[in-house]
Amino acid sequence: MDDTVIVALKDIVVDFDDESILSGLSLDIHDKEFVTLLGPSGCGKTTTLRVIGGFQSPKSGSVFFDGKDITALPPYKRHVNTVFQKYALFPHLNVYENVAFSLRLKKVPEAQIKSSVLEMLELVGLKGFERRNTTTLSGGQQQRVAIARALVGHPRVLLLDEPLGALDLKLRKEMQAELKRIQQSLNITFIYVTHDQEEALTMSDTVVVMKGGYIQQIGTPVDIYNEPQNAFVADFIGESNILSGVMDKDFMVEFGGQTFTCVDKGFTRQQLVDVVVRPEDIKIVPTIQGQLSGVVKSVLFKGVHYEMIVEQAGYEWKIHSTQAQQPGEIVGMNIGPDEIHIMHKMED
Amino acid sequence: MKSKPCAYPYLVWMVIFIAAPLLMVLYFAFTDKAGNFTLANLSGLGQYSAVFVRSILLAAIATVICLVLAYPLSYMLSRLHASKQRIMLMLIMLPMWMNFLLRTYAWMTLLEKNGLINRFFGLFGLGPFQMINTQGAVVLGMVYNYLPYMILPLYTIMVKIDNSVIEAAQDLGAGLIGTVTKVLIPLSMPGITTGITMVFVPSISTFIISRMLGGGSNLLIGDLIELQFLGNSYNYNLGSAMSLVLMVIVLLCMSLTNQLDSEEKEGML
Repeated sequence: MDDTVIVALKDIVVDFDDESILSGLSLDIHDKEFVTLLGPSGCGKTTTLRVIGGFQSPKSGSVFFDGKDITALPPYKRHVNTVFQKYALFPHLNVYENVAFSLRLKKVPEAQIKSSVLEMLELVGLKGFERRNTTTLSGGQQQRVAIARALVGHPRVLLLDEPLGALDLKLRKEMQAELKRIQQSLNITFIYVTHDQEEALTMSDTVVVMKGGYIQQIGTPVDIYNEPQNAFVADFIGESNILSGVMDKDFMVEFGGQTFTCVDKGFTRQQLVDVVVRPEDIKIVPTIQGQLSGVVKSVLFKGVHYEMIVEQAGYEWKIHSTQAQQPGEIVGMNIGPDEIHIMHKMED
Repeated sequence: MKSKPCAYPYLVWMVIFIAAPLLMVLYFAFTDKAGNFTLANLSGLGQYSAVFVRSILLAAIATVICLVLAYPLSYMLSRLHASKQRIMLMLIMLPMWMNFLLRTYAWMTLLEKNGLINRFFGLFGLGPFQMINTQGAVVLGMVYNYLPYMILPLYTIMVKIDNSVIEAAQDLGAGLIGTVTKVLIPLSMPGITTGITMVFVPSISTFIISRMLGGGSNLLIGDLIELQFLGNSYNYNLGSAMSLVLMVIVLLCMSLTNQLDSEEKEGML
């Protein structure tokens, strides 16, 4: 990862039948970075990818690649390649010919094609599959062919549109690690689209959280998780308790009928804010020691931890703890200043 | 094997209406009027070679024109919104709901010396052009009547081609020509061969179109055969021989197109 901007989007606007998909999106993507566009369906993440790939021309705005304006360039003239959601392998060609497709178009000498194709198939772990018909491969194998096919021309940027969406959980985990390994060994830029927040956090250098055609937050996975900029990001990335609160003054916030010390300042006095607390950041303590106290409504075993719902002053807190409480029990809850995230109220 | 009894009615049908007539054609082709074996019918066909060549040529031209017209149209059709596809398909099928003869008669009145098209040109002091009773008119009649038979199989195969496959080709550096020759044509080959068959076979054996639009001077095999059975020359032995040769020509052409298809498949392996 370095500071060179390889792909830049400037004020991209895309409409479908008067419905606004992207409304003035600007984004810089750095060279050799693993960037994930993350958001719920309909947030414009796939459209953003298609604008970069050249499959969707924006109504206005520009796309830059390595400093050059490529907005008007058709897909086949761009130095980016795409791994499509449904693999999109050529059914009339075998594995070898699928991977060799772009090299044949460039009239690369046969010996060179052979060594490149075999190298790529080895990279994605499909050595020995050259003569196989693509329709006889499993989903995971087809995806590997699609990746090899897209990488064989040594693009500087690889676009991936929810490539693991159709795979089962175990295979998905395997492919996540695999993709990260490929990205690091080739040392190129990956732009990855997903709606799976866990996938985004595991693989990315940078996560771009999107909603309704707007970027909500850009940051490292750690930043996005620990310092969400608004309640949407907090809610979308991991689980959160989101409450309305009032800033009494700097470093003092009131919610749930109590005043808490926090680390935020710069709000006007008595400003209404969103307060976000992660479920694992709430400590269960004996009632007298707790800043808040509530009744345990339910306890679910989740493997690593228990998930409890505790009702306090009409709000149902979600709490993750390794110690189970009994439903109906009254417990105390403590929240440290660092664990309280204060956000401006969302406009909608 | 349970389905076997269900197939019997079809078997009977095949024997009576397909196998028996074929055998009769075969029999008549190799006998004279008295019923004796002879090769004279077949050897006498040489004098009609011009008609055979013309039939093959006109049918081939009409097939190529249909393919060239239908291919881009079918592709565009297959990329339309589903509801628009239905409307467009209906519009393409609409003329087929009208009687074939009626449609061809309509072209006669359009192409005539005093027809609509010549009268239109007359407004500008042009013409009249000789349009009816030409080979061009015959080809026009074939293209007009059989175009839907090319569009439908092409469209049916093309709607199955996923858009992302086309986009993948472009993504990997294929321009328009590369995408069409390397991806679209190989993937739509079954539709192309079906379309060619569905247009070429009725075109080569037609006699209505050539009679109505070609006048007397552009006889096709179909007309010749009809003359032997219903016309003045009345010689069903000769007619059978002609039918036999026509059948062989059609079979040869079909195996050629199928060759095209299987070569494409071999490329896959």
